Amino acid sequence: SFIPPALRGAEGQKRSRQSDFGVRIPRPLGNGPSRFIPEKEILQVSKVDPRTQSIFEDAFAALGRLDNISLVMGFHPQYLESFLRTQHYLLQMDGPLSLHYRHYIGIMAAARHQCSYLVNLHVNDFLQVGGDSKWLNGLDGAPQKLQALGELNKILAHRPWLLTKAHIEHLLKAEEHSWSLAELIHAVVLLTHYHSLASFTFGCGITPEIHSDGGHTFRPPSLSQYCVCDIANGNGHGHLEERRGNHQVSEVSGEVEVLMERMKQLQECRDEEEASQEEMATRFEREKTESMLVATAEDEECVPSRDVSRHFEDPSYGYKDFSRRGEHVPTFRVQDYSWEDHGYSLVNRLYPDVGQLLDEKFQMAYNLTYNTMAMHKDVDTTMLRRAIWNYIHCMFGIRYDDYDYGEINQLLDRSFKVYIKTMVCSPEKTTKRMYESFWRQFQHSEKVHVNLLLMEARMQAELLYALRAITRYMT
Amino acid sequence: MEKMSRVTTALGSSTISGRTMFCHLDAPANAISVCRDATQVVVAGRNIFKIYGLEEEQFVEKLNLRVGRKPSLNFSCADVMWHQMEENLLATAATNGAVVTWNLGKPSRNKQDQLFTEHKRTVNKVCFHPTEVYMLLSGSQDGYMKCFDLRKKESVSTFSGQSESVRDVQFSMKDYFTFAASFENGNVQLWDIRRPDRYERMFTAHTGPVFCCDWHPDDRGWLATGGRDKMVKVWDMTTNRAKEIYCVQTIASVARVKWRPERKWHLATCSMMVDHNIYVWDIRRPFIPFATFEEHKDVTTGIVWRHQHDPYFLLSGSKDSTLYQHMFKDASRPVDRANPEGLCFGLFGDLAFAAKESLISGDANRKPYPGGDRRYPIFFFKKPDLTEQFAHVSSALSVFESSLESKRMDWFVKTARLYLLSGKPFAELCDHNAKVAKELNRPQVSTTWTMLRIMFSDPANLSTPGPNHIGKLGTLPLMNSFSMKEMGMGTESRLDRSKGESRQDNIHLDLGNSLINNICPNAENEETEGSEGQAEYMFGDAELDDDDLYSMEHDNQAEEQEYTLPQEAFPLRHEIMDNPLAPEHLQQDKADSPQASGNEAEVMCLTPIESFSLISISQPLFSPHLPAPFFCPVVREMLSHYAEQGDVQMAVSVLIVLGDRIRKEIDDLTQEHWYMSYIDLLQRFELWNVSNEVIKLSTCSAITCLNQTSTTLHVNCSNCKRPMSNRGWICDRCHQCASVCAVCHHVVKGLFVWCQGCSHGGHLEHVKNWLKSSSHCPAGCGHLCEYT
Repeated sequence: SFIPPALRGAEGQKRSRQSDFGVRIPRPLGNGPSRFIPEKEILQVSKVDPRTQSIFEDAFAALGRLDNISLVMGFHPQYLESFLRTQHYLLQMDGPLSLHYRHYIGIMAAARHQCSYLVNLHVNDFLQVGGDSKWLNGLDGAPQKLQALGELNKILAHRPWLLTKAHIEHLLKAEEHSWSLAELIHAVVLLTHYHSLASFTFGCGITPEIHSDGGHTFRPPSLSQYCVCDIANGNGHGHLEERRGNHQVSEVSGEVEVLMERMKQLQECRDEEEASQEEMATRFEREKTESMLVATAEDEECVPSRDVSRHFEDPSYGYKDFSRRGEHVPTFRVQDYSWEDHGYSLVNRLYPDVGQLLDEKFQMAYNLTYNTMAMHKDVDTTMLRRAIWNYIHCMFGIRYDDYDYGEINQLLDRSFKVYIKTMVCSPEKTTKRMYESFWRQFQHSEKVHVNLLLMEARMQAELLYALRAITRYMT
Repeated sequence: MEKMSRVTTALGSSTISGRTMFCHLDAPANAISVCRDATQVVVAGRNIFKIYGLEEEQFVEKLNLRVGRKPSLNFSCADVMWHQMEENLLATAATNGAVVTWNLGKPSRNKQDQLFTEHKRTVNKVCFHPTEVYMLLSGSQDGYMKCFDLRKKESVSTFSGQSESVRDVQFSMKDYFTFAASFENGNVQLWDIRRPDRYERMFTAHTGPVFCCDWHPDDRGWLATGGRDKMVKVWDMTTNRAKEIYCVQTIASVARVKWRPERKWHLATCSMMVDHNIYVWDIRRPFIPFATFEEHKDVTTGIVWRHQHDPYFLLSGSKDSTLYQHMFKDASRPVDRANPEGLCFGLFGDLAFAAKESLISGDANRKPYPGGDRRYPIFFFKKPDLTEQFAHVSSALSVFESSLESKRMDWFVKTARLYLLSGKPFAELCDHNAKVAKELNRPQVSTTWTMLRIMFSDPANLSTPGPNHIGKLGTLPLMNSFSMKEMGMGTESRLDRSKGESRQDNIHLDLGNSLINNICPNAENEETEGSEGQAEYMFGDAELDDDDLYSMEHDNQAEEQEYTLPQEAFPLRHEIMDNPLAPEHLQQDKADSPQASGNEAEVMCLTPIESFSLISISQPLFSPHLPAPFFCPVVREMLSHYAEQGDVQMAVSVLIVLGDRIRKEIDDLTQEHWYMSYIDLLQRFELWNVSNEVIKLSTCSAITCLNQTSTTLHVNCSNCKRPMSNRGWICDRCHQCASVCAVCHHVVKGLFVWCQGCSHGGHLEHVKNWLKSSSHCPAGCGHLCEYT
């Protein structure tokens, strides 16, 4: 009643105009930030935890939006803080690359995994910082300098072990299109960041925000309950799935207990019986080759909801090809080139402060624990976390001399391995079924935790290969 | 204690000799160690484990310890140590977590003695007790240190660092029971070997991992540590709190540090990444390495002094698969290549210059500078052994004071303050600035402004002459007399033809009425105005006084309609250069820009080209209005000239005032360069507002974004003294409003001013008002606050 009549009139007019002229009102597709995790649960987090709340506020203040990724990561505020700080530094703060280059590299990296969510997000950012919209027509439209990065992007995303110093040299010595070392480091960090973030996005089933492409529909809500992506992934029957999930829980109860029992056993028996060195070596090799054979999703082809493939070349180049051919992944000994000793120094030298930020983020992800497992409290999960981390590195051929790879087989069951493998190697094929079929009794926050581990381990693995190649080039 | 004496008297028995030499290993080395009598060295790595004999001329492979068909991971060594008491005893740390001892006295091929697999992660370091034969210490990635008695099958004690990985462990040289351990989280712990329950002392030495530590061989309390933060620090451990007494900043993370034997202040370091050299530092002069060994092609992984009492031999192993013996005399001395001269400007334009004394000593006029000894303090008290000292450079410092100079920049400050760069019509800006320049006694700048107004204004506006316009001859038909002739003068290099020798080149702009100005290249303050002083510059023998000038103007008026067409066809190609002795250049200049002066004296000795321009004088009148773009080349030239003369202020001010009229004429990089220089100058004079205005008005993207950097100010909460991460006015930790105005007791969310003495403050306005009536702090703390 305090609204002046004139204004009220205007508002009324507007409303009537909307109906009269058929303004289309966008409606959200899907429910909440993630297709896998009930909206209620995610929103609960920020309400309960003041820390998460304040991180969200900061993120919103900094970016003017709060993306769904942050919302889902809100389960783990400590990590989220570190993640956002790093991402903000990489995209907004002082650095060798100009802003639109950064976003474009983000687009390139995300497009490699057909992650339309991240692509859309950064297409907007890219245009906002004054990027040339012609570049978005495809890599051909971008400057030659960025085109040269395509090869690195491709290799890093799918077979980082093939990276050699020749690739680096090619980028650094291209006359007027050449990269400087500092720029290259920045680009590499961005690429690996977005490759792994794409993994997370698919792994947690992040849905597009309402304002971005594929995030809304103009159809009246009654017509369809299903979002395009769900259909594409064969998840149309969300409700059914849920019910079945609940049903299964009762069947597999005890899964957690079995896992805990195994951890306990390993802890105890390790001191007694020592495997011979040869045995250890073969265990690693076995795990490595086996990880190649773990079938990722059934061969259904994913339908990208937006044509993202134009942002990269050679779409057929993927992880799949190589595992089929049974190529051999060479072993990378982490004792000879580790993040803590070597990678950090190199990054921090060429791109100050980022080494530190990444170091904190890796440590945060690696050491994050609440000492809980599903409904059990006070559990030391170090062993399990280390197994997951090392399994991912193992898939990339990275070996820890001081780790018994037999443990992995004991702790990670097959469905979990399938999930990890899919998420890390071809994340676009992750389905809700996969997400639900591993660790059924665990809570969603714990599954998100697993996703964080996967994401960081993958990023570190890619970084290690890239940085090693750069180091070799420099010496 | 019989063993002790054996160690200390070890040297006399054998004198070491050799030369700088190297040998190829089959694989990268991770660590090396020498035996006590300095005759053999062991090299260990992932794929290598060998003993080499050190002979006079070369390394000789003595023994390969990697035996067996399938070398196990126990051979993959992260570290190796040769026992300093028992020459048959070695220990290695394996990457898989095993600690292995080797007995060279064994008759079989496999010399492996004991195998301890107690560590769960990679073992980073093993260390024998310096005097106790059977005591071995290990430090591992799993955060534990273990002490082994080699007569037993298991460790005798385990020390838990309660933190992350152990990177290095070192027994103290002098303290029988003490050892130091360095950690990945930046801490260093001191332990008593008898008390495994807790450490004696812990302190944070570095940010990030501490990769190495080393006890000083002579001085009981000194511990050197090296970290990923690129620093080497020396700690005095004798006091209650570990005190950092020296710090050396290197250029890469420090992987190893080793004190140099027999030299109290020297230590050697090598790096883990990027940098392949080995440095020997004198910790008292941390800015430049004392000596450098540059032989390795990949990172150096292990360094060790060949004998514990001989400072001249250093052994090193590297990832490039070589093993080197470095002779100290062959080391390169960076100080020899360093520039021994220094030069610095003082705040008020004083110049200090330091150089080798020998270079300046001839100068008898030099006064000793008041304020102490000119020479460096003398560091070395021992008798001079030249190779063992920093080159003793005694430098002389000369200070050149400038009395005038403190005043000299006044014009800059005033000009910066008074100039108007935007907010008014173009013509007014120019007039204003011209007036400012005139008042500051800079007639030439002033004239330039006036001319700019004339060149770029609408012809319609021209009828109102600016305030600076001194019309001795009354109002002249400006556009006409100004038409083309002066353009010619402005763009050419001037020659004094009657003498046939070149004169100083000048931009020579002639305003329609009376002023002829030139830019004084030596930047002396322009105190003369359009009279002899400047005429000298330009005309030399054919000197003009005012009358001549005026008569020239009359001439112009007489042949008012002159117009020289060819000018247009000669774009400017040359920067005006102060090069009096370049005949061919001048020749070219002549050809490029024919003289078009109305001065009779010059016309007399015209070159054929000039006569061409004479002919052109009789051209009929063209439209009196010249398009503004026509002047752009001149203005561009003029701007570059100002910038080159050091008056970047003028260049930038004109650039801003002219805006789009001229911007496209000058390439972006030059513009950016000018802006940067001017902004830098402004900031040095603390003209923040002006500098900000300039940044705001600039059109270079690189400049405008300057305003967007470093815009964050971090503050601490006034209650809990912790940094406030979130918002400026409320603290996340103690949930109190941190910045409360001392006057009105409300939260300040906008401009906040506070006293640096008592930390009270409040709204800017409130505090201002308060201070009008009182000089005490509004909070009542009794402090006499000062807000400036």
